[in-house]
Amino acid sequence: MTRYAMAIDLRRCVGCQTCTAACKQKNATPPGVQWRRVLDIESGEFPDVRRSFMPVACMHCDEPPCEEVCPTTATYKRADGLVAINYELCIGCANCVMACPYEARSIAHEANFAYGDQPMPNERAMFDPERINVATKCTFCIERIDQAEALGMTPGLDHQVTPACVNSCLSGAMVFGDLNDPESTISQLLKETKSYRQSEELLTGPGVYYIWDKA
Amino acid sequence: MKRNRTSSAAYSPRIQRNWDWRAAGNFIGGGAGSGLIISATLMSPSGFDALPFVFLGLILVAAGLFCVWLEIGRPWRALNVLKHFSTSWMSREAWVAPLLFFLGILTLLFEPLLVWLVALLAAAFLYSQSRILRADKGIPAWRHPRAGHLVVLTGLTEGCGLLVLLLPLFDQLQWVVWGVFLLLLAGRAVAWRVYREGLAQAKVPQASQKRLAGIDREFLLVGHVLPALLLAMALIVPEAAMLAGLLGMLAGAWMKYNLITRAAFTQGFTLQHAPVRGQPAPQSRPALN
Repeated sequence: MTRYAMAIDLRRCVGCQTCTAACKQKNATPPGVQWRRVLDIESGEFPDVRRSFMPVACMHCDEPPCEEVCPTTATYKRADGLVAINYELCIGCANCVMACPYEARSIAHEANFAYGDQPMPNERAMFDPERINVATKCTFCIERIDQAEALGMTPGLDHQVTPACVNSCLSGAMVFGDLNDPESTISQLLKETKSYRQSEELLTGPGVYYIWDKA
Repeated sequence: MKRNRTSSAAYSPRIQRNWDWRAAGNFIGGGAGSGLIISATLMSPSGFDALPFVFLGLILVAAGLFCVWLEIGRPWRALNVLKHFSTSWMSREAWVAPLLFFLGILTLLFEPLLVWLVALLAAAFLYSQSRILRADKGIPAWRHPRAGHLVVLTGLTEGCGLLVLLLPLFDQLQWVVWGVFLLLLAGRAVAWRVYREGLAQAKVPQASQKRLAGIDREFLLVGHVLPALLLAMALIVPEAAMLAGLLGMLAGAWMKYNLITRAAFTQGFTLQHAPVRGQPAPQSRPALN
């Protein structure tokens, strides 16, 4: 059974926000809605201060609280580990927004474009009225992953079927793949390194691993 | 010596902006309405005297649900809310509501004794509301187990306060209801204090705690101490009880409005381990030749 997941090597992330831009370009999210963002975190006290970067988005949890609370079954978990939303069922009640500990969900209440009334070409191409007034979030570029089998490609290895953020990462900090395949890059990488997941105490089982040191 | 590179840094919580007064309206109307139905049923076991209050309780629950309907992004798909009974407390609340109205109307029109079933459904509705908040893991102030207790007790207190306010209009025996209301006020005050202590122990975001601390004094004094004094005064001037009921009810509504709209901060993010980049800095520099 496939379990798609993402590993983000915090040692490599330089906070360039290219993944953020790639996500906005690929998914044409409206202004104010970011399915992916990079947190800029300062820690320590002078003179031992640090600046670290942490990309965050939907964690595609094993036990997604958003799925549990969704009253309409619009949010559902797929067999391959992706948490998806059926926009035609969603009523925009925002209960999932409240349930997500990772601030991953947004609701846009009107069609907005980056530069006023006229959509950019990518916004025109991606515009979907069904995404207005309903919950939206990072999909791990689900439509690309769904093409993988037909194209005979492997998500995480072949760019065509890999999330846009992973493709765009200029420092190679983001890795995507099947966690249940011991030979996959992500499985190998997690074996060789120390990692943590956000808010594991909430028992959501996030599908995003943050690598911080070698094993 | 190897430097300790394990550290923890946090990214600020932010306030939720998706649920506003309309969502709070559901918790206020639903809580007061179901609390009123339960209180009125206990006051009048035969059901006959409870009928006007059941009617008002149903109106309040309906008003709360209408507020939610105004809030949701796709109101014309609202019936989809019924689809996930197996795990979603919002869905369960939505299933209980039509049963509550159906049985409530039967009670009003045909058989007052059915009021006990209506009260049971009202209790289920109130409990569902408390579990909606607890299931929202993204808001630490809501997911705390004591938040559920507080919401249930507040609903019961609001309902009983409303009953105390309205009883003189129906010429009912009042002192028993006053006593129950006093007990509920005490219970809510304790639940509030225990809840806030629980938030501090659980290290819920400071912003949430500050917002709740900001209403603490007024909530306790105006919502509990003053109504209790007014109830004592009602032994001499019965009309004072009406003001006590009104204050107890409004204070509960005000607290819930704050809990839903102003104290609802996300938990933020934690960098549990600082990334280890490059090599540790040397403790002493090698001498230059």
